[in-house]
Amino acid sequence: METNQPILRLEGFEKTFYLHAQGKSIPSAQQVNLEVFSGQLTALVGPTGSGKSSVLKGIYRTYLSSAGEIWYHTKAGEQIDIAQAQEHQVLELRKSEIGFVTQFLHVPPRRTTLQLVAEPMIKRGVGHEEANQQAGALLDSLQLPQRLWELPPSTFSGGEKQRVNLARGFAAQPRLLLLDEPTASLDPATSELVVQHILKLKDAGTALLAIFHHPELVERLGDVIVRLEPPKETQSTQGKSR
Amino acid sequence: MLRLGLLQPSDGDNLNPILQVKGLSKIYGPGCPSCFELTGPEKDTNLCPICGTVISVRGIDFDLYEGEILGIIGESGSGKSTVVKSLFFDETPEQGTADYYEHGVPVSLFEQNAAAKRRLRNQSFGMVYQNPHLGLNFDISAGGNIAERLLVNGTPNYGKIRARGIELLKRTEVLIERMDEKPSSFSGGMQQRVQIAKALATNPPLLFLDEVTTGLDLSVQAAILDLILEIQEEQKTAMIAVTHDLGVIRLLANRTLVMKYGQIVESGLTDQILEDPQQEYTQKLIASAL
Repeated sequence: METNQPILRLEGFEKTFYLHAQGKSIPSAQQVNLEVFSGQLTALVGPTGSGKSSVLKGIYRTYLSSAGEIWYHTKAGEQIDIAQAQEHQVLELRKSEIGFVTQFLHVPPRRTTLQLVAEPMIKRGVGHEEANQQAGALLDSLQLPQRLWELPPSTFSGGEKQRVNLARGFAAQPRLLLLDEPTASLDPATSELVVQHILKLKDAGTALLAIFHHPELVERLGDVIVRLEPPKETQSTQGKSR
Repeated sequence: MLRLGLLQPSDGDNLNPILQVKGLSKIYGPGCPSCFELTGPEKDTNLCPICGTVISVRGIDFDLYEGEILGIIGESGSGKSTVVKSLFFDETPEQGTADYYEHGVPVSLFEQNAAAKRRLRNQSFGMVYQNPHLGLNFDISAGGNIAERLLVNGTPNYGKIRARGIELLKRTEVLIERMDEKPSSFSGGMQQRVQIAKALATNPPLLFLDEVTTGLDLSVQAAILDLILEIQEEQKTAMIAVTHDLGVIRLLANRTLVMKYGQIVESGLTDQILEDPQQEYTQKLIASAL
């Protein structure tokens, strides 16, 4: 009866930035409603400035939402409104339930790629040796050359960094995975490897909420498609500049 | 409480508070009835215009959980150091409470007698100061500094103390051949490592870091911060890291308090503070760092 309950439900989510120095409000996502289900991928689409990334960051609580509710259904069977949750609750969710892969690699410096990919598994309680082995397998499956594994990714190319980022995201095995243009800087062949990973995750019951650079990926992977419209103020300024 | 029942801690160790601070205030001066009203971030001063009292910190509330690193960021005069110095009994606050949870039992820090405070300071807490002269005794060797802390905690025999000293200095990457030298012959970075080794001697559950990397070369800063992170991962030590450096906060802290003129102006998850700062002061602080 409860099996069709979404793992994540946004109701009237909004994000508006207020810049004190300029005395200015910058609207981003407005009135966003969406649902994400286990084993399915919900794709966020819409033009630049419609607040797609703001939605993901709002769910991860990197941004504080301006309005609305973010209901997350935990593994323990509780409903929690992430918009109102305590900081420690959010940290706990990040640690064990919700993962986020962005276009940018934000990792502690001076650690090897293998360490960085093994880390989420070690935090989950996997032994060091096994974590390293699995990390290697993940990097291998994304075709990151083995000669790079013992180096920190700070000097890697965009595509190499993105593969490290994805490997970390997959290694954490979250119940809900947020993806912000995960294939933006990958060549078609590597992009296809990522698609295969995502299909495997869906089969394994992972819920995904994703922004894709390529419309054909939305087509192939999206079970639910949510279209965002740019906020009115942004629309008018865009109209002028075009 | 809201939190209960909502989440199963994944490894059972980090949803318990180790420290709860409420209403902490510390002033320097006679104080007058207008002090609090005429100072603070919105008044843009921490100096009372009527009686000349400095309101160093006022009404500070926060929780620290087991195994987490809390960052406190703010410019000089924000009162951030006064917070940790009060908790380490270097300063005596006028108001407020701080409950330290020792094996789950709250100990009200500011109500303890001198002996109990000494025990907490020597055994349960560690402090690493910006200025190594405050944390180390420069009249005795590096090894002697560690031995001193172990001796007051009742480690009885010389061999054990020596062995523990060697272990700690190895861990903090200080050359063992130099353990019998005085701290004055060490570089700034090495002095900080000896301070960290000394602070860790008793495996304290709670560590205070007061601008530990300020004034060090960049490469030395990086090595010290890496060491602190490694120790936190190995020992699950809870830490409060006071700094004016956004990079230190970004690297170390899960959560961050932003202080200005003695008060907390904003608090949140560190990535949220850095990417979506709410208050005018925090926005200015972040903007000026980029």
